[in-house]
Amino acid sequence: MRNTEKPLSPHLSIYRWPITMTISILHRVTGVAMSAGLVVFAWWLSSVALGGDSYDGFVAVMSSLPGCVLLIGWSFAFFLHLANGIRHLVWDFGHGFEKRQADASAWFVVLFAIAATAAFWWLP
Amino acid sequence: MAEFRLPPNSRVRKGKHVAAREGATNTRRFAVYRYDPDQGENPRIDTYDVDMDSCGPMVLDALIKIKNEMDPTLTFRRSCREGICGSCAMNIDGGNTLACTRAVDATHGEVRIYPLPHMPVVKDLVPDLSNFYAQYASIKPWLQASTPPPAYHERLQSKAEQEKIDVPAACILCACCSASCPSYWWNSDRYLGPAALLAAYRWLVDSRDEARDERLDALDDSFKLYRCHTIMNCTQACPKGLNPAKAIAETKKMLVERRQRSRPHGGLPQQP
Repeated sequence: MRNTEKPLSPHLSIYRWPITMTISILHRVTGVAMSAGLVVFAWWLSSVALGGDSYDGFVAVMSSLPGCVLLIGWSFAFFLHLANGIRHLVWDFGHGFEKRQADASAWFVVLFAIAATAAFWWLP
Repeated sequence: MAEFRLPPNSRVRKGKHVAAREGATNTRRFAVYRYDPDQGENPRIDTYDVDMDSCGPMVLDALIKIKNEMDPTLTFRRSCREGICGSCAMNIDGGNTLACTRAVDATHGEVRIYPLPHMPVVKDLVPDLSNFYAQYASIKPWLQASTPPPAYHERLQSKAEQEKIDVPAACILCACCSASCPSYWWNSDRYLGPAALLAAYRWLVDSRDEARDERLDALDDSFKLYRCHTIMNCTQACPKGLNPAKAIAETKKMLVERRQRSRPHGGLPQQP
């Protein structure tokens, strides 16, 4: 349908992202990140099964700074995806569509993900 | 497949600058997307310093002033100047809205004005809305009833039935919502977009309409309806304060409920 001779007006580069749009794309990004993380999860399980040296190797890699950053990132992705998944479930029942509700629930998802990640790693 | 980069012929360049008249003290800068199909050059951003002491309060006032006094080649659609015709829909300061109901003072600093996003541009701020209108027509936006109308009066509705269609029927088809939706940007050839789906909903909840099942059949498609991922840009953008996202969710619910009714004991769907 698109007329290739007419120029296409700018979109992503000029649009001011509402918080709801940002959370929407983060939901997808965190989902993809967690799918990639399954490889590490499988590595962890197999190293537990193999025991001893294998498990020590896993711990050594994941205790390094990049390893820790990845693990914290994956836990953040998990909590954000979880909270936003529940938000989608509420939407599927037809609730929470007013602008103010959608904005508030989006911010709640962000704050929950930050708080839950912090609690997961740093609470005794 | 989503194409995030603009095609080469669409990349925007820097354009000319037009200063305000001598002695103007209260000026605002407007950065406006320009494209002239006759020149065959890439689109550009022209900037205009507008004397706000002799200009009305709305962005449309400024555009008209630019066209009248600074650059008669500037092209845009406008008609009613009071938010009911939907002609002057454009992207102002990063959000889709109507230039006539958007105050210049709602933006700080430079006012950036683009055509509705991800649309073929006819000229300057005028997008080609053919596909948008074709999609609206595709949902059959008229009353469909096989029973003949009553002999001596209209097809009557209760007040409550009327109230159901009041809000969705207030849509002015300005295209702010559809042009704000990333799903529509990437799939406007197959996804109907929030405006057409809100219109479809308006007829689904009309108590006089008798084609509800056919309408739902037509929408039950992984692209036409289900490309809505609840990004909510449509509801955020609508200059009439309508809620296409909620209408789409309600339509999805109708489809689920209809499916439930067709197998009342909650059994799994029959495999064909």
